[in-house]
Amino acid sequence: MEIKDLIIDDRQRGIFRVHRSSMTSDDLFQREREQIFSRCWIYLGHESEVENPGDYRRRTVAGRPLFFARGRDGQVRVFLNSCPHRGALICRRDAGNTDVLQCFYHAWSFNTNGELIGVPDQEAYGPNFDRDELGLKEPPRVESYRGFYFVNFNPYAEDLVTYLAGAREYLDLIVDQAEEGMRMVAGSNKYTMKANWKLLVENSLDGYHLVPTHQTYLDYISGLGSDDSGQTASSRIVGKARALGNGHCVIESPVRSGRPIAHWHPLFGEEAREPIARVRQRLVDKYGEERTFRMADTSRNLIIYPNLVINDIMAITVRYFEPLAPDNMEVTAWHLAPREESESMLATRLDSFLTFLGPGGFATPDDVEALESCQIGFRATETQWSDISRGMLRPAKSTDELQMRGFWRQWHANMQGLSHTNVQDAPVEETEAALVLADD
Amino acid sequence: MTTTNQPTLREQVEDFLFREAALLDDWLLDDWVDLFTEDARYVVPTTDLPDGDPKRDLVFIDDDITRLRARAVRLNSRHAHREYPWSRTRRFISNVRVRETGNGELSVNSNVLVYRFRAGEGAPYVGSVDYVLRRDGKDFKIAHRRAVLDMEALSWHGAVSIIF
Repeated sequence: MEIKDLIIDDRQRGIFRVHRSSMTSDDLFQREREQIFSRCWIYLGHESEVENPGDYRRRTVAGRPLFFARGRDGQVRVFLNSCPHRGALICRRDAGNTDVLQCFYHAWSFNTNGELIGVPDQEAYGPNFDRDELGLKEPPRVESYRGFYFVNFNPYAEDLVTYLAGAREYLDLIVDQAEEGMRMVAGSNKYTMKANWKLLVENSLDGYHLVPTHQTYLDYISGLGSDDSGQTASSRIVGKARALGNGHCVIESPVRSGRPIAHWHPLFGEEAREPIARVRQRLVDKYGEERTFRMADTSRNLIIYPNLVINDIMAITVRYFEPLAPDNMEVTAWHLAPREESESMLATRLDSFLTFLGPGGFATPDDVEALESCQIGFRATETQWSDISRGMLRPAKSTDELQMRGFWRQWHANMQGLSHTNVQDAPVEETEAALVLADD
Repeated sequence: MTTTNQPTLREQVEDFLFREAALLDDWLLDDWVDLFTEDARYVVPTTDLPDGDPKRDLVFIDDDITRLRARAVRLNSRHAHREYPWSRTRRFISNVRVRETGNGELSVNSNVLVYRFRAGEGAPYVGSVDYVLRRDGKDFKIAHRRAVLDMEALSWHGAVSIIF
């Protein structure tokens, strides 16, 4: 099958289908590595993970072993984790603080600026041996936006902010919630799913699955008397879906339960009412009622194409997934929180996170099951297509699939060697009064 | 030299832990929850931060008795999809150490190996569990249960979908 035929996209008839070989084929997996993961901006980490000079973190990004470190000069640098001498891993711990990284194989030493500062028995090399040429290599491009660091292995890529397109505004909406900036809470959720990575993109933005898949979570929440919406399960989750360009997409919904910023809820307890009201007032003073409404009273699930998800829901999770094989990925999820948050509000936020999110929560295990179930189902190769047409002929709600089409259209363009494409559905008239968001 | 049939403190605790393991392997989760005190806590830290404090750090699980009961309700339902149908599990408890800490409380540590089989695959959860046990007549109640995984990531199971 040719790549151009992997997606059926009939915008007029409202039919969108993806050929399942896109999630099972080794050849396409290799092509993704070249056309997507070697050309797009890929998330690396957050500035708060290397808070102090000498702090470093090790990561695998787009298949490459990397680490990033804050130098003594305060600057964050990213390095390919491979000794320029013979290739061994330089950084062999996941995190730490140091002035010097020494390769254990032949004991070449580097500082946190990446400079080669020590070579045992250097006299053995000839006069053309140049230490300056043999420092740690950096990815071709490294840029950050509001604390989020990305790398790009294409030296000619457009700059990060241009790449982020409409997703930039959503990142602002999340980061602006904090008065003193955001930080990653210590501790990460690392788990694998025996499923294609694009299934997790779909799942992370899938309002349609919430009620059927996560019934036990919804039962738990309503059992606590915490669902004060007075709406039925199917009607209460209405929100909007948007394709933000370059494959980035979002669903944005009115809140269902509490949000630490800044929507109080009985589940948080009386003692949290006043601090949350203060946060809300600060937001109103700084950003006005309309923007505060979006920050506090709506939640959003955001995908930064291709493999970063930021879900700003009952807490904020940052989720990065590294494809390992067509049917396997490693997921790492962190918890983003405002730096200034008090001990008790942080505890409330952490508690709010755990009810739903994470592989020990009341929802994520069932997502793992759903995705692995799809991947096994794909072995029935006579069923060739997945249908992603929902809401294609109406203003898309958060329970529709426009956001997935926005992702898939970008994927399809990238796989054909194109960097940009029209990711939108055909225009439809906005007639639905049910869309309650204030943003447009 | 005299011999006695009185079980040692460690044997009493081991009996309790073996009973707990059997309840979990048999999926008698309501009975398992009954082993806990009303002020109990069940914590599973993340694999990268085994010393994690749930008040400050991200953990996998931090249940008070309300959420623990809800966890049992969830796992007993047909809608905890990762565990329906239930996985088969077998728990092995060893290296039990017991220390009396006063006020009728015991500090207990055990090594735990749980094999979990489901959907054609099987893999272990490996780690240790720290307990604070409170005497309850001749029996014990669990006031605190902190299960620390040794794995570097949830690489085989994809989740902590059973009670570890």
